[in-house]
Amino acid sequence: MIQTENLSKKFNDFLAVDRVNLNINAGEVLALLGPNGAGKTTTMRMLTAVLRPSSGSARVAGFDVVTQSLEVRSSVGILTEHQGLYGRMTADEYLDFFGQVYRMQADARRNRTKELLELFGLGSEAKRKIGEYSKGMRQKLALARALYHNPPVLLLDEPTSAMDPESSRLVRNAIHGLRSANRAIIICTHNLAEAEELAGKIAIIHLGKIISAGEVQELKTRLLGAPQFVVRLGVASCDLKDTMPDEVTLIGQGEGWFQYQTDTPADTNPRVIQALVNKNIPVVGLSEVSRSLEKVYLQAISLIQASGEIQGKDQNISSGGETQNAG
Amino acid sequence: MLDDMHPALIITRRELRDQLRDWRIILPVMILTLFFPFLANFTTQRVLGFVEKFGASILAERFIPFLLMIVGFFPITISLVIALESFAGETERRSIEPLLSSPLTDTQLYLGKLIASLLFPLSAAYLGMSVYLIGIYRSTSWRAEPMFLVLVGLLTAVQALVMVSGAVVISTQTTSVRAANLLSSFIIIPMALLIQAESVMMLWSDYQVLWWVVLALMILAGLLVRMGISHFNREELLGQDSDTLNLRWMWQLFRDQFIGEAQSVGDWYRREIPHTLRRLSIPIFWMTILLVAGTFLGAALVNYIGLTPDSIGLGSLKGIDSQILGQFRQLGFFSTSGVLTIWWHNLRAVIIAILLGIFTLGVAGAILLMLPMIIIGFFTGLVTLAGFSPLTALTASLMPHGIFEIPALILTGASILQVGASMVTPFRKQTIGESLVSSLADWAKVTLALVIPLFLAAAILEVFFSPLVMVRLLGLG
Repeated sequence: MIQTENLSKKFNDFLAVDRVNLNINAGEVLALLGPNGAGKTTTMRMLTAVLRPSSGSARVAGFDVVTQSLEVRSSVGILTEHQGLYGRMTADEYLDFFGQVYRMQADARRNRTKELLELFGLGSEAKRKIGEYSKGMRQKLALARALYHNPPVLLLDEPTSAMDPESSRLVRNAIHGLRSANRAIIICTHNLAEAEELAGKIAIIHLGKIISAGEVQELKTRLLGAPQFVVRLGVASCDLKDTMPDEVTLIGQGEGWFQYQTDTPADTNPRVIQALVNKNIPVVGLSEVSRSLEKVYLQAISLIQASGEIQGKDQNISSGGETQNAG
Repeated sequence: MLDDMHPALIITRRELRDQLRDWRIILPVMILTLFFPFLANFTTQRVLGFVEKFGASILAERFIPFLLMIVGFFPITISLVIALESFAGETERRSIEPLLSSPLTDTQLYLGKLIASLLFPLSAAYLGMSVYLIGIYRSTSWRAEPMFLVLVGLLTAVQALVMVSGAVVISTQTTSVRAANLLSSFIIIPMALLIQAESVMMLWSDYQVLWWVVLALMILAGLLVRMGISHFNREELLGQDSDTLNLRWMWQLFRDQFIGEAQSVGDWYRREIPHTLRRLSIPIFWMTILLVAGTFLGAALVNYIGLTPDSIGLGSLKGIDSQILGQFRQLGFFSTSGVLTIWWHNLRAVIIAILLGIFTLGVAGAILLMLPMIIIGFFTGLVTLAGFSPLTALTASLMPHGIFEIPALILTGASILQVGASMVTPFRKQTIGESLVSSLADWAKVTLALVIPLFLAAAILEVFFSPLVMVRLLGLG
């Protein structure tokens, strides 16, 4: 649904986006993460055919962003960083206006306006001036606008910013619903927990370049090493020497617990349990040590900063591979 | 076409609705539309009463059309504010971004906003003028000629269009309303001067000139609309730091365009200069036409002014004695310093022309360079009156220095026209800044490589040989 090949954008002498490769299929959600000024918004704008790439190419919903810009824009719903609402209009007037811009018929517009305002809990506020809305309400209305023409591609820049927890949950649920509707979605966010919850794929962009990309679990393994597990025991201490399978690396032990790391948890974890049971060591529980996306992100950024230079290099971070392609 | 306009009209409708909900727009327009015409009407009656005491009723007759124009002009000044708010304001508030992400073309968006900026103030202007005319008719029975009404109506509309289209060009170069307001003095000051000139024409009752003003404003509005359509695009509106002057980037762009891919001066002359000249072929054609037209215009002026050989003492032309060459010598001819003086004079003219060209989309620069040919045409016309053949007169004025000077004029004029044209219609979707810097680099290239040497050669010939040719051909002395 979204494919880019060496997509780059230069503003005068400033390279904002540098050879970005993305491949996102229908039904997939990609979280584009990166510090402010990393090139996220510029990438989104190129994918909406608002900015022309300086080099490289991109196809969105099957259309080329340069030669078929109108078709691209018809196929994309975008929630911009700034909501861009008209304060003197009411919510239903605003949505109806965009429905007209997308050339929807009057009946369809009426139904869609009602449906989306209800979905986001704004039904009772439809006739209120947008200028009187709270930040969260505005954000929901802007999201409703992005969804209005039922686009196959959604680009969401900070979809839950300025929202209270209840509204954020509502919006996240809505995005979950949209995912199942066979859409390709890109979310730019600084909320890493949200990214982890919503996105199956992650791409980390820094100084215009994708420095790391892949599925969440894959990234965790690549950047933080093999998964770690903690086993809680029914005894305060025990001798684990010669008990653990060979592929297990013990990384810590305390009173009534030990921690290990393995590349193949599906095979290894049952054997660890079996080994403990065979030694008559009571097992209370086994769980994976939580490794948040935040750790992954910070690790990626710190590695790239430590490497000292990005520009002019195709080398990637720690794992020694090439610059990552998302998708 | 209508299908293309439909989305533009959706934008227009939204903007109009927004304007009608904004008391900051409604209130001044109401005052200017309803209160001001009554005030103008009252003033007219007082003036009529006053001047008629002294039997100067002609003043009163002139005063009514003048105030009609002013009553129409005041409401359209609001269009400038609306346009700045609509274009720069939306960019600043970022509410334009969802529109830019929609399937509207840049032109539809531009036209939608342009019409919206014009419609309300213009309707208010016509309403105010109607209120004023009705009031004047009721109090003095004065009725305007239909053609005069068309003239004032057109003048008002085209002034509004110039202000709005100029405001759009300004808005594309700023990221805030504040910056746009500062730059709007580039519109307000010329418009204020224009209104003063139009007022003089109104009071002189010289409506013929006002039709020419309408025509000139239409051309200007056309250029500004074309320029606005070219530059009101997604790329420029969302481009970074458009308020920031990036001198390093400007210099780099200028240098790249100036040097091109040349490896040496010889290579530059062999490859880059011909390439630049090919790029300038269309402006070269138009500049040639302009110089020829200037020559004919100069010659035609002689008849237009109504000169006769006797009225300017041309009868004595043939009686000039051989001392003429001595007089030439006293003026600096036949000396190296004369060469430098003429050369510097021509270079100064080229510098002034490019400066004027930058601020007038090339127009004033080209007109300035036409002036020598207008003067030569005028001289030819005069000498022809004295009985010489036009060809002899023209050759005497132009040869032999014209062999170098005219190509230099054409080349420099063409590169100045190119500066204007590239701003109005940028090459490969360039920004105004890129277009300006690139075309200035072309101008500098042509000037340095060709114009300066050509002017030097022309100056040498003009100082040492042209007087001899003139004396010989005209049989002086």
